[in-house]
Amino acid sequence: MAEFTIKERRQIPRHAMPTQDPLERRTNFGEVALGYSESEALEEANRCLACRRPTCVTGCPVGVDIPDFIVALREGDLDRSVRILKGKNSLPAICGRVCPQETQCEVQCVLAKKGEPVAIGRLERYVADWDLQRGAETPQVAPTTGNKVAIIGAGPAGLTCAADLARLGHKVTVFEALHNPGGVLVYGIPEFRLPKDKVYAEVGCLECMGVEVVTDVVIGKLFTIDELLTERGYDAVFIGSGAGLPTFMRIPGINYNGVLSANEFLTRVNLMKGYQFPEYDTPVKIGRRVAVVGAGNVAMDSARCALRLGWRRAKLEGGQPPDVHIVYRRSAAEVPARAEEVHHAREEGVIFDFLTNPVEIYGDDKGNVRGMRCIRMELGDPDASGRRSPIPIENSEFDMEVDQVIMALGTSPNPLVFRNAAGLERTRHGTVRVADAETGLTTKAHVWAGGDVVTGAATVISAMGAGKAAAADIDRYLKGEKAEAE
Amino acid sequence: MLTYLPSRRSSITRWEVQVYEIIEKQVFSDVTKMVVVRAPEVAHKAKAGEFVIVRVDERGERIPLTIADFDREQGTVTLIFQEVGKSTMQMGMLEVGDGFANLVGPLGHATEVENLGTVACVGGGVGIAPIYPIARALKEAGNYVISIIGARTQSLLFWEDKMRAVSDELVACTDDGSYGRHGLVTAPLKEVLEARSGEIQRVWAIGPAIMMKFVARTTEPYGVKTIVSLNTIMIDGTGMCGGCRVQLKAGAQFVCVDGPEFDGHLVDWDLLLARQSFYRVEEQEAVERWQQLVRLENVA
Ligand SMILES: Cc1cc2nc3c(=O)[nH]c(=O)nc-3n(C[C@H](O)[C@H](O)[C@H](O)COP(=O)(O)OP(=O)(O)OC[C@H]3O[C@@H](n4cnc5c(N)ncnc54)[C@H](O)[C@@H]3O)c2cc1C
Ligand SMILES: Cc1cc2nc3c(=O)[nH]c(=O)nc-3n(C[C@H](O)[C@H](O)[C@H](O)COP(=O)(O)OP(=O)(O)OC[C@H]3O[C@@H](n4cnc5c(N)ncnc54)[C@H](O)[C@@H]3O)c2cc1C
Ligand code: SF4
Ligand code: SF4
Ligand code: FES
Repeated sequence: MAEFTIKERRQIPRHAMPTQDPLERRTNFGEVALGYSESEALEEANRCLACRRPTCVTGCPVGVDIPDFIVALREGDLDRSVRILKGKNSLPAICGRVCPQETQCEVQCVLAKKGEPVAIGRLERYVADWDLQRGAETPQVAPTTGNKVAIIGAGPAGLTCAADLARLGHKVTVFEALHNPGGVLVYGIPEFRLPKDKVYAEVGCLECMGVEVVTDVVIGKLFTIDELLTERGYDAVFIGSGAGLPTFMRIPGINYNGVLSANEFLTRVNLMKGYQFPEYDTPVKIGRRVAVVGAGNVAMDSARCALRLGWRRAKLEGGQPPDVHIVYRRSAAEVPARAEEVHHAREEGVIFDFLTNPVEIYGDDKGNVRGMRCIRMELGDPDASGRRSPIPIENSEFDMEVDQVIMALGTSPNPLVFRNAAGLERTRHGTVRVADAETGLTTKAHVWAGGDVVTGAATVISAMGAGKAAAADIDRYLKGEKAEAE
Repeated sequence: MLTYLPSRRSSITRWEVQVYEIIEKQVFSDVTKMVVVRAPEVAHKAKAGEFVIVRVDERGERIPLTIADFDREQGTVTLIFQEVGKSTMQMGMLEVGDGFANLVGPLGHATEVENLGTVACVGGGVGIAPIYPIARALKEAGNYVISIIGARTQSLLFWEDKMRAVSDELVACTDDGSYGRHGLVTAPLKEVLEARSGEIQRVWAIGPAIMMKFVARTTEPYGVKTIVSLNTIMIDGTGMCGGCRVQLKAGAQFVCVDGPEFDGHLVDWDLLLARQSFYRVEEQEAVERWQQLVRLENVA
């Protein structure tokens, strides 16, 4: 292969991600981003300068050896590329799709200073998909140590912690409350952003390494954390139970039929495959005029699912296409969702109502939603945190006619897991208090925690980073290299 | 419990489904069935008043069912259900040796049982099943237990003998008068409250929401605390979706984690009833589709 000079590499433009046409994709659940072709991947890989001190790596919470896997890719040695990638990241097909690369690795790429960064996430996806396609190779596993570790929750934090511990030879069991592993990856993030077969395939890779995943177990109910450490004989416990508790606004009318949490809506659609009702048994209702309250990733996903189901209905049964609004009390500049998701949502026809806040929901005599009263907001001076807080504008109330309201207002940790866990402290936000922020060691002996259950709702990759750090510390402790801080 | 067994070098997870096996089945009526399911860990932890969530197969919905009984030695839980829709109809066709794809529990709070003196237990329809372990526990705690059980018609009434064995007094009634007293359970309940005014310390009522609403309305003037077990629509059963929320006087609560038992005098019944029927159209569609599938299979 011809070698490029640095100057030549710098001149290659960043390759756009091929996507499904917005007008087409809003009627189906197929993937939006289609993935690079081989030639696109190779050309994009050629942009990387393979920096001696790669700044990009510092932006990745799990420390993927970015230039190494990219160089292996462009040299045509995909096998090696996979090995490098999976050496640090056990769930690359997932991260390649949903990592907020623009604020993680890519923002740190040297090319970003003068132009556009290397499309690290897209290359990661390419390599990971190639690996899954050929039937994923099982990573090397160390000889068994005889130690037993229990992991609570099969989300990104728990799965990463499990993978790293299994690799080191420990016996790992993951307990998951739902009937499928994956956490938010399967119940929250929709099929069109992250196909579930990719998640199950990557979980399958962990199982090849000897990780045991046991579903239908609610820790705190079937077993408690104390029981895991005593009767059940686990040497250490990692809590990766996420932040799954929904928040509802405290306004009148919140319990009318048709007002639901994003968690309920997305679980019906994704985990239960409600979008395939009646082939799958769980129904999901879609209004003609839908308001999604909030503007994070969760809100974008809810709006885009509602839009797709609405368009599909319009196509099948005729009638009006759906009218889907994002209702957000701050302005466009404060939107917390990934830029790419907002862009996709707009392309598909989601309407954004900024500086708008619901104050009351109306119902009809059957108890169904028929409208929502909102108030206009303006942004005040920055508060202590530097954020401009929204202030209602007096007498600016107006009514929106809607027949479905989806609340996507953020979540907090589900307290069920903490029943009978003496000594485990929590903050006033309900998150686990960690004694050591670097490792996730909690205030309870032999117990670590990481991911959303510690930080509150955050990102897949930060949860994975926390799982990884905890695994390393648990390993040190199990090997007796470290007396546990108590 | 579903264990995902390690598979070698495969991109598709081959998980071995360890179904929750049915080891005994009884048919109480055309539409009321009992299954005893092997689930040792759940049986080990189960208490009266708690429930499980089951899924018949990979495409099934998650539906809550009360733990009607459990046997720790045998490692089984007993579920009794009425066929009211697609999922319960499909469950009704399962036989000994078949199983559920998923069974998770025990969920919810157990019934708080104490010696109060004289208490009444009201079970309507399939609600007789969950009221039974509660009546038994109350009896064992030393209470004088008056039980009232009712159903639409004789064929839907079951466990009269079992209920009698754990009650000091028992009244059975049917809506159509085909067995026992003619009428709804609220009539004998009112008589008991009248006759033993001041004596009845607490009432438990489990049955259709509409029955529980009227039981609560009957006891209210007498100021007798009335515990009901709510059957809202659920998905996860762990507090994650909020779909099961119920409006109480003091605010909304989640039935799956805060309940399922609540003070019936605090519940907003009309909202509850409206929420229960939200998916009626879809439920009807699912039933019709299912019946058609079953017919086709019988023909083939
Ligand atoms: C709709 C949506 C879209 C998102 N989009 C993005 C995105 O594009 N990019 C991104 O980086 N992040 C995104 N996020 C955030 C990201 O998904 C989370 O930060 C991440 O999944 C947290 O991982 P976790 O492992 O800590 O928890 P989770 O993924 O929440 O997993 C926790 C698991 O623990 C289980 N559990 C809980 N309690 C118990 C118990 N008592 N016993 C047993 N198991 C239990 C849960 O069922 C769950 O499976 C999104 C989140 C949502 C909701
Ligand atoms: C805590 C609890 C304990 C219960 N215990 C029992 C029991 O021991 N025996 C029994 O026969 N029934 C019980 N139920 C009710 C039972 O869950 C429903 O009858 C069942 O889900 C109906 O499913 P289906 O598909 O057959 O009917 P569908 O056609 O789906 O619905 C028929 C009726 O069931 C209700 N329903 C539908 N889906 C759900 C759902 N996911 N969760 C709850 N209710 C739903 C609807 O309000 C509707 O009125 C209980 C419910 C709860 C919440
Ligand atoms: S895992 Fe995420 S942050 Fe790390 S290199 Fe890959 S895309 Fe970037
Ligand atoms: S900083 Fe950018 S150019 Fe340098 S190694 Fe990382 S991805 Fe390649
Ligand atoms: S069933 Fe989801 S919160 Fe209760």
